[in-house]
Amino acid sequence: MKKEIPLAITFITGLIIIVTFFIPHQPLGTMQQRLLIWYSIVLGFTMLLGMDSLLRSNLQRIARRSPGWPFALVLIIGFLGTLAAGIYTWATSESLLSLGSSFMYVYTYFIIPLQATMFSLLAFFIASAAYRAFRARTLEATLLLITAAVVMLGRVPIGAEISQWLPDSASWIMEVPQMAAKRGIFIGVALGTIAMSLRVILGLERTYLT
Amino acid sequence: MRVFLTALLLGALGLPLLALEPPSGLQAADTPNDEGNSLTISWDKSPQDQGDADRFKGYQILRSESQEGPFAEVGFAIGGKTEFRDNVEPLKPYYYRVVAISPEDSAGTAAVGPALATAQWFDSSRANVLILTVLICFLIIWYIERAKRGEELFIRKIQGLDAVDEAVGRSTELGKPIMFSFGLGEIKDIVTVAALAILRQVAVRCAQHGTELLVPNWDPLVMAAAQETVQQAYSEPGRPDLYKEGNVSFLTSDQFGYAAGVDGMMLRQKPGAVFFMGYFYAEALLMSETGHSIGAIQIAGTTAITQLPFFIASCDYTLIGEEMLAASCYLKKDPQMLGSLKGEDFVKAFLIVGFALAALWGTTGHLLFKAGHPWMQGVFQAVKNWFVTG
Amino acid sequence: MKIFEKIANIDSRIIYLLLLLVVLIPLVFKLVLPINLSDPVKQAYQAIEQLPEGSVVMFSVDYDASSAPEIQPMLLATLRHAFSKKHKVVLLGQWALGLPFGEIGLNEVAPQFNARYGVDYVNLGYRPGYRAQMVGLGREIRDFYATDYKGTPLDQIPLMQGIHNYNDIDLLVGLEAGQAGEEWIQFAGARYGLNIIIGATGVIAPDMFHYMQARQIRGLIGGLQGAAEYETMINHLGTGVAGMVAQSWAHLLLLGFIIAGNVGYFVVRRRKQS
Repeated sequence: MKKEIPLAITFITGLIIIVTFFIPHQPLGTMQQRLLIWYSIVLGFTMLLGMDSLLRSNLQRIARRSPGWPFALVLIIGFLGTLAAGIYTWATSESLLSLGSSFMYVYTYFIIPLQATMFSLLAFFIASAAYRAFRARTLEATLLLITAAVVMLGRVPIGAEISQWLPDSASWIMEVPQMAAKRGIFIGVALGTIAMSLRVILGLERTYLT
Repeated sequence: MRVFLTALLLGALGLPLLALEPPSGLQAADTPNDEGNSLTISWDKSPQDQGDADRFKGYQILRSESQEGPFAEVGFAIGGKTEFRDNVEPLKPYYYRVVAISPEDSAGTAAVGPALATAQWFDSSRANVLILTVLICFLIIWYIERAKRGEELFIRKIQGLDAVDEAVGRSTELGKPIMFSFGLGEIKDIVTVAALAILRQVAVRCAQHGTELLVPNWDPLVMAAAQETVQQAYSEPGRPDLYKEGNVSFLTSDQFGYAAGVDGMMLRQKPGAVFFMGYFYAEALLMSETGHSIGAIQIAGTTAITQLPFFIASCDYTLIGEEMLAASCYLKKDPQMLGSLKGEDFVKAFLIVGFALAALWGTTGHLLFKAGHPWMQGVFQAVKNWFVTG
Repeated sequence: MKIFEKIANIDSRIIYLLLLLVVLIPLVFKLVLPINLSDPVKQAYQAIEQLPEGSVVMFSVDYDASSAPEIQPMLLATLRHAFSKKHKVVLLGQWALGLPFGEIGLNEVAPQFNARYGVDYVNLGYRPGYRAQMVGLGREIRDFYATDYKGTPLDQIPLMQGIHNYNDIDLLVGLEAGQAGEEWIQFAGARYGLNIIIGATGVIAPDMFHYMQARQIRGLIGGLQGAAEYETMINHLGTGVAGMVAQSWAHLLLLGFIIAGNVGYFVVRRRKQS
C-alpha cells in the first residue's frame, strides 16, 4: 500500500489535469483551478522544510566544529538577521517592499551586491572557458570558432562599426542554423517529456517514490 | 464668409461638428468553449472611434436582467476595441447596451438580448491538441505493450551514463567524496525526476564502494526526494549505516547563493567526481568551471539547451536533452520502459517525415501560387491554421 | 619558442585582470558607441506603441540582482514607454527576490509621468508556484492575488475593478532571467492567446528566437544590447547604452585571447610533430 496510494494519486491527478484541458464544463472546469491553488499553497510550505534542513545541518557543523564551521556560523547569523529585519519591517511598515525599511536595507546593501558579485564572476569564467575550449582542433571545431567570432562581434555595437556585414551575419546565424539545431533538440526534449510523463502517470516510472 | 471658413477649418481638423454616433451591429452571445460563466459582447466601431484618445474615450458596457432596464455599468472598453467578455451567472438571461463615450458627449445603442451563458462539454478549439495527444500516447503505449510481450528492443550506448561507474570508481580510488547537483530544477520538472534515477544509480555504487556522497539542494522538495532516494539506494547493497542525512541538505533557494555554496563545498571537500543532472541556468558554468579547477571528473546532463555548450566545454561527459530523459530506462533496462523509448523514437520518425512533407508541400504550393494555381497553398494554409488554434 | 607555449596556456589570472580593465575603463570614462537597432526590439517597441491609450500592460519581474544590470534598464525603458502612452500598468513577479526591483522601477518612473498608485498602476507582488499561477490567472486573478503587495483587496483598487483575467490584459511584458519566460509563452500565450513581449538576459534570449519566428511573441529585447536599443528608441539613454561599450571591448579582448590561444596551440603542435 505504501506505493499503491501515491501511484493512484498520481494517476488520478494526471488524468484530471489532462481531461480538464479539453472539458470546460463543471465540475471539471473548476477542479483544475482548485488543484492549482492547492499546489501553490503546498509550495509555500516547502520553504519550512528547507529552513529545517538548512538550520539543522549548519548547527550540527558548528556543534561538531566540522571543517569550515565559521562559514556555517556566518550563514546562521545572516539567516536570523534577515528574518529579524523582515519581521520588523512587516510589523512597522506598509509593506515589506517599502523603500527605506530595514528589510529593503538588507536587500539593497547585502543581497544585491552579493548576488551581483557572484553573477559577475561568470564573465571571468566564460573568458577562461572560451579560451580553453575554442581550439581549432578539427574541422567542426574550426567552424564553431568562426561562427562564435562572428556572433560575438555582431552582437555588440563595435561589430557594426567594423562592418555592417557582422551584425547581419550574426542575425542570420542566430535565426537560421542556430534555431534549426535548437529546434531539433527542443522537439526531442518535448517528446522525451511526453514519454516520461506517460511513464509517470501509468506508474512505470517510480524513481521519485523510492 | 467667416462662418464658412470656420466650418471648413473645423471640418479639416476631424469633423468634430458631427454628433457622436453609437457603435453598430451590437451582439451578445455565449462565449464558446468555456465553463458557462461568461458572455461575449461584440460591436462594430463608432465612426468617431479613429484612435485619438483625446476625442474618443471608449465604450461603456451596460447590463440588465430585463430589456427595459435598469441598466448598470459592468465594464469599459477603450477606443479601438470591439469585444468585451462579461462574467455572468450561468443560464440567466441578460440584456446589453453599449454607449460610445467622447469627452463631451455620449451615444448609446438599443438593448440586445436575451443572452444566456452555457457550458460546453468539449473545447472544440483544442481538437488539434487532442488528436495529436491521443496519437502520440497511442504509439508510445503500443510499443510498451509490444515490449511486454517480450520483443527484443535495441537501445544505443549513452556514454555519459556508462561513465557513472568509472567516475565513482576513480573517486573511490582517490579516497575523495562524490558530489551530485540537481541545479535549479523543481520536483515537478520531468528532468528532475529523470535525475533522481541517475542519483539512485550513483548512490548504489557509492554504498557498494563506501564512498561519501554529497547532494546540496536548491529546492526543499527535491531535497526530500533526494534524501529518500539515497537512503533507499544505500540499503540496497546492505549498507544503510553509511547514509548520513546531513550530506543530502538544503543550501538556499537563491540562484547564486546556491552556486556559491556548491563552489565552496567543492573547494573545501575536493570531490573526485561531480554530477550535474537536472535543470540549470547561468550557475552551470560557475559550478562546472570550479569542478574543472579541482580536477574532478565531471558528468553533466540537462534539457536546458542554452547551458549545454557550457557543460560541453567544461565537463568530461554531457547528456544532451532527451538522453537525460532516457536515463531511467537505460539504467533499469526494464522492457516496458524501453518500449516507451521506442515509441518515442517512432513518433519522432513520424514527425520528421511529416515536417519534410509539409515543407515540400508548402514550397511547391508557394511556387504554384506564384504561377496562378492557389489550391496547394490554400490547403497548406488551412492545415497551418488548424495547428495554430487551441 | 617558449613564448608560444605560454600563449597556448595563459594563466587564468591574466585573463581575469585584462578583462576587468577593459570592462572598467569604458564605464569609468563613460564612452559611447552608436547603437544599431534590430528587428525584434523594434517589434517589441511597436507592440507597446500601437496599443490604444489606456490599455492594460502587465509586467512580470522574473529576475533578481544577478541579472538586474541587464534587465533593469529594460524594465525602466518599457515602463517609461508604457506610462508615456498613458497605459495602465499591472506589475507582478515570479521571483521573490526580484520583486523589490519592480518596486524600485515603479517608484523611479511613475512619478515622472504623474501616474497614481491604484489608478494608473498597481503592484500585485509575488505568489509561489508560478506555472500553476500562469494557468490560473487565465480564469481569475483574484484566485491567486486576493490583495496587492500592501494587502489591499483587489476589489478596492480602482484600476483592478474591471480586470479579472487575461481577457482584460492587452499585453504582457515578461522580463526574464530564467524559465518563466517560456512558461508565460506556453501557458498564458499559447493557451489563452495573451499578447507577449519578452525582455531576456543575453543567455536566455537565443531560447526565445524560435517563439519570435513562430510569432508566439510580439517582440524580443535580448540582453544589454536589446536594452540599449530600447533606450535609444524612447530617446532616454540609460545604463544599457553605457554598458554596451564595455561589452564591445570585452568581446574583442576575448576574441584576441581565442586567436592567441589558437596560434600558440598550432605552433606548439607543429613543433611536436616535427
